[in-house]
Amino acid sequence: MTTSTAPKTDERVAQAGFFRQLFQRPEIGALIGAVVLWVFFALVTPQNWVSINGLSRIMDPASTWGIMAVAVALLMIGGEFDLSTGVMTGTTGLVAGLLSTRAGWPLWVAILVSLVFALIVGYLNGFMVIRTGLPSFIVTLATFFVLRGANVGVTRLVTDQVYVGGIDKTVGFDSARLFFNTPITLFGVEWRSSIIWWVVLAIIASWILMRTKFGSWIFATGGDANAARNVGVPANKVKIGLFMTTAAAAWLVGTMNIVRLRSAVGSQGIGQEFYYIIMASVGGCLMTGGYGSVIGAALGALIFAMAFTGIPFAGWDTDWYYTFLGVMLLVAVLVNNYTRKRATEMRTAAAKARTED
Amino acid sequence: MKEPILEVRNITKMFGSIIALSQVSCRVYPGEVTCLLGDNGAGKSTLIKVLCGVHQPTEGDYFFEGKKVAFNSPREALTAGIATVYQDLALIPLMPIWRNFFLGSEPEKGLGPFKNLDIDFAKRAVRDEMAKMGIDIRDPDQPVGTMSGGERQSIAISRAVYFGAKVLILDEPTAALGVKQAGIVLHYIVKAKRQGLGVIFITHNPNHAYPVGDHFVILRRGRILADYKKAEVTQQELINLMAGGEDLVKLQRELAELLEEEPNLAG
Repeated sequence: MTTSTAPKTDERVAQAGFFRQLFQRPEIGALIGAVVLWVFFALVTPQNWVSINGLSRIMDPASTWGIMAVAVALLMIGGEFDLSTGVMTGTTGLVAGLLSTRAGWPLWVAILVSLVFALIVGYLNGFMVIRTGLPSFIVTLATFFVLRGANVGVTRLVTDQVYVGGIDKTVGFDSARLFFNTPITLFGVEWRSSIIWWVVLAIIASWILMRTKFGSWIFATGGDANAARNVGVPANKVKIGLFMTTAAAAWLVGTMNIVRLRSAVGSQGIGQEFYYIIMASVGGCLMTGGYGSVIGAALGALIFAMAFTGIPFAGWDTDWYYTFLGVMLLVAVLVNNYTRKRATEMRTAAAKARTED
Repeated sequence: MKEPILEVRNITKMFGSIIALSQVSCRVYPGEVTCLLGDNGAGKSTLIKVLCGVHQPTEGDYFFEGKKVAFNSPREALTAGIATVYQDLALIPLMPIWRNFFLGSEPEKGLGPFKNLDIDFAKRAVRDEMAKMGIDIRDPDQPVGTMSGGERQSIAISRAVYFGAKVLILDEPTAALGVKQAGIVLHYIVKAKRQGLGVIFITHNPNHAYPVGDHFVILRRGRILADYKKAEVTQQELINLMAGGEDLVKLQRELAELLEEEPNLAG
C-alpha cells in the first residue's frame, strides 16, 4: 500500500458519493423490490393495476400490516422476536368486543382496557425474556399458544360460538370507528383511514429510531446488550419497552379490525406474526438484531400487499401467495447479508490502507 | 512535588481463604503512565477491579485526589473520573462511530417530546476528538465494526478522555493486536498522558510498557515485587523481573541441558 495516513483523506470522502451512500441504506432492497413488483404487475395486469382503484386496493392491507411491521422492526433491531403479535391482534379485539357487547361497557372504555391488557402482556413477554435469558422466540411462542387457546376458549365459554358480533350496537361505536378506521372517499374510490395511521406511525417510529437517543439505545441493545449496559444504556428497559410497543401496535390493529368488521373472530391474526417478521426482514432488518430500518419495514408491508392484491388481479391461484412469501424471505435475507458484508469489506480495506505503510 | 491523583495503601483482597492481593501499595500521578506488569495470575486484574470499583478491598485504604474513597460500583468510579477501557471495549460494531462515541451520554437539542439528537454536534465532536488523538475520521457514519483493532481502542480511549476522565485504566489494550496496531494504541496512551491524565496501563508485555511508561509496578503472586521509576530500570531488567528473574535463569539452564541431551537421542 502506498497510501499515506492523514492528509489525503478528503478525496476519498468525495468518492463515497450519493449512489454509494444510497446503496448502503438498509431499506434500499425493499425500495427496489417495491418498484420492481409494481412494474411487474403493471405489465401482467395493466387494466386493474395502473389505476386509483388498484392503488387503494393495495394500500388497504398494506396499512394494517405496515403498522405491525414497523413495531416488529423496532423490536428486531432491538435484538428480539415476538411471535405473539399476530394472535394479539385477535386477543385485543376480542377483549374489547366481549367487554362492550357482553358486559355492556361503553366501547371506548372496553378499547382502553384492551390496551392496558396488551401492554401487560407485552411487559410480561419482555420481563420473561430478560429474567429467564431464554430466546424470545421460545418465550413468545408460549405466549402465542396461550393466547391462541384462550381466544377461542374464552369466547366459546361466553358466547357459545367463536365469534363476537354486534359491536356496532355498542355505545360510542361511531366515534371509535371514525377515530380508528373509517372509509374516506377520495378521487372517486374508497380509502381506509388506517393508511394515515400507517404513514404517520412509520414516520414517527423512524424519527425516534434515527433522531433520538432512544433510537441509539435500540440499535445498541440489539447490537450488543452487554456493551450497551457498560456505557449506561438501560438495555432491559429498552427491550421491555419494545415488547410493549409491538403489543400496543397489535392492539391498534385489533381495534381497527373490530370497528371495521363490527365483530371479532377467535381465529383472527393467527399466522400473521411471521408475515410481520418477513416484512421487517425484507425492509433490511437483520435477524440477529442491531441493524435495520422502519421505513424499510413499511415498504416490506407494501411489497406483500402488492403480491396479495396482484396475484388474484392477474387471475392466478392465491395459494401462490405463500410461495411468494417464502421466496421473498430467502431473497431478503441473502441480500441483507450480502450488502452488509460488501459494505463492511470495502471499508475494512480502507482502514487497512490507512494503518499500513 | 506533584501529588498523586490516585493512591492505594496496603490493599489486601481476599476471596474466601484465597489471598488475591496482599499489602499492595502504589501511586498514580497525573500526566504519567503507570505500567502495571505481571504474569497471568499475578493479581493485575484484581487490582484494577478494586481501582475501578468492581471489587471492594478487604483491607487497606484507597485515596483519590487526596481524599479517602470507597467505590461500590464502576459507575461511581466513573462519575468520580476513573474510566476503565476494557478489552471488549463496550463498542457496538454495527453502529456508526458517532453513535458509539456518545452512547449513553447523547447530546440533545429541542424541547419536551421534540427532544432529539444533536447529530451535527456529535459528528463534529467525534471528528475533533479523534483528530486530537491523531486519527483522521473521514466519515463519522462509518460503522465501528469496519475499523481496525487499534482504531477501536483509540475511540474507546478518546471517549473516556472526552467525558472528563482524570484517570484512565487500560486493561491489556495491546494484547490482541499486531505490532503496527499496538503501536497506534501506544501512541494514544502518550497523547492521553500529555493531556494530563493519570494513565494506568496493564500489560504483560514489557516491550509495550517500557517505551511509554514513567513508572513500573510489577506484581507477582498478589504482592508488589518491584516499583521503579523509568530511570531506575532498563528494559532487559524489566523483562527479567516480569519472568521472575531467578526463574528465568533456571529455565534457561534447564533448556540448555535439554538441548545438550538431544544429540544422544539422535545418535
